[in-house]
Amino acid sequence: MELLEFARGPALQSAMVIFVAGVLWRIIGILALPFISIPSRARKGVLPEGEVKGWFEGIWRRMWPHKSFIRQALFSTINGHVYHIGLFVVVFLFAPHIAFIKDLTGLSWASLPSNLVNAVGVVTAASLIAALIHRLTNPVQRLISTFNDYFSWFVTLAPVLTGLLAVSHLGARYETLLAIHLLSIALLLIWFPFGKLMHAFLFVVSRGATGARMKHRGAQI
Amino acid sequence: MTTNSSGKKNLTTGRQPETLSDMLQRRGVSRRAFLKYAAMTASLMALPPTMANVMAANLARARRQSVIWLSFQECTGCTESLTRSMRPTLEDLIFDFISLDYHHTLQAVSGHAAEEARRNAMKENKGKYIVIVDGSVPIKDGGIYSMIAGMTNLQILEETVNDAFAVVAVGTCAAYGGLPHADPNPTGAVPISDLVKDKPLINLPGCPPIPEVMSGTLSYVLSFGKIPELDHLARPLSFYGETIHDRCYRRPFYDRGLFAKSFDDEGARKGWCLYELGCKGPVAYNSCATMKWNGGVSFPIQSGHGCLGCSEPNFWDMGGFYKPLSTGLGNMGSALAGAAVAGAALGGGSAWLARKHQGEYMKNLVDHEKDKAGQNSKKEN
Repeated sequence: MELLEFARGPALQSAMVIFVAGVLWRIIGILALPFISIPSRARKGVLPEGEVKGWFEGIWRRMWPHKSFIRQALFSTINGHVYHIGLFVVVFLFAPHIAFIKDLTGLSWASLPSNLVNAVGVVTAASLIAALIHRLTNPVQRLISTFNDYFSWFVTLAPVLTGLLAVSHLGARYETLLAIHLLSIALLLIWFPFGKLMHAFLFVVSRGATGARMKHRGAQI
Repeated sequence: MTTNSSGKKNLTTGRQPETLSDMLQRRGVSRRAFLKYAAMTASLMALPPTMANVMAANLARARRQSVIWLSFQECTGCTESLTRSMRPTLEDLIFDFISLDYHHTLQAVSGHAAEEARRNAMKENKGKYIVIVDGSVPIKDGGIYSMIAGMTNLQILEETVNDAFAVVAVGTCAAYGGLPHADPNPTGAVPISDLVKDKPLINLPGCPPIPEVMSGTLSYVLSFGKIPELDHLARPLSFYGETIHDRCYRRPFYDRGLFAKSFDDEGARKGWCLYELGCKGPVAYNSCATMKWNGGVSFPIQSGHGCLGCSEPNFWDMGGFYKPLSTGLGNMGSALAGAAVAGAALGGGSAWLARKHQGEYMKNLVDHEKDKAGQNSKKEN
């Protein structure tokens, strides 16, 4: 079996199965837990609907740091937005990726020009590398970083880099680069449910719950 | 078909075998036309410009090359490709110049006489003849699925290749097993490269291969007496060095993100990229986009259909001709549905266990508090 056949076949299929099963296990495992009621009375004037509003406010307001932290968090916030938006563009607006999603789900949408997506990919890769340098050079971040952080970073960067190499035909023959790219995606999918990449789904729950509780207590979100 | 390639006098006529130059003069082909052919072939094979003259000189001096063509599990498409050119060309003359001593489709003799011709050619040109093979070789069950003159394909191949100068595997079946090798491969078909290990081997894959690739490769062997530079799959780099995608005239549309969504939509009519319709051009190494077919008229992508990747191993089993390269092989629907059910069950089970533990903990906590309260009231009393 050729490497590309293995990557497109058993590797990708196994990874997708683990990804779907793992993500559902994590999400349902959390959402089906008993709701922990807040014993205190709600702040005066805060209605249950207000707590729902607080849920969404919590998600939205955490996109940008509070003004008192802006200086310390400016780089990581802007850089974080750059590579998150970059990843979104690369994953969801590149024609071959849309073809992959269409094959799986039947859903498709318009793509961006390939060269533009490549440029975004370069920016995304640079941004991810900058994120690692920042993590390594910031004493506090380095102290709290674990294997989970570094490996999650690696499996995120690997598909971006291998994808760029594949479209540029750099380093090896295209079919080999494409196979390596697909294998790196398989690694990402396998790790996704078990590492910090799960925040792609869980940030809604954690930020929302925090927002709702803060609203209940009358705190500023 | 009685001349040999050794330059010795023909046993029947007593004359020296004619050179290519003699033959071309006899047919009225001008030297200018011959030089143009040599220059074109040298150019196709990416040889330095000076090598065109060397090639012309060597070709002119070359004598008839004995070729034994073995056809095994194949469809004769490769022979059709080579013989059905649109017009008589110099390549045809080159093929006329070859002493094709054995070829099922083209030879006049049949039966024992045919096999005799093959053995005579092997004897007279020992160590100098070229074996061209099209078709894969079945080896399952003793190779009984394809037999000629009471011999299995494997037996004929081993016998013929033994004293050959080189072996050329023409077409994807010979080069990689092709369609007979496709899953589930009922005859145990294998490519020639699995069986021939001690002779120079050139693979010329394609379903069928381009005629000029065939003639160009043979011209190179005739001119320089050696095989051309090959890639890791034993294909001449000059013809298989780049992908169809790299040389495709639709490539700018790929770069601009403009893709045909169906074979009859506006994009298809405007000549947009066929990637999303399953084109395998990015992983297919061949010369179709540059040399084209039917005398340079067109090639599959130009006629509106994606490349099938027929010059690549296992092209028949690459997940479907109409599935884009970026998609997975096979149908993942049922596997993913199963994974979703399993994941949901696991999540539900985890939550149930957590609830149970939480309930027990809370009950214990309440009991503990009650006990504590009871003890306190006793003390007070």
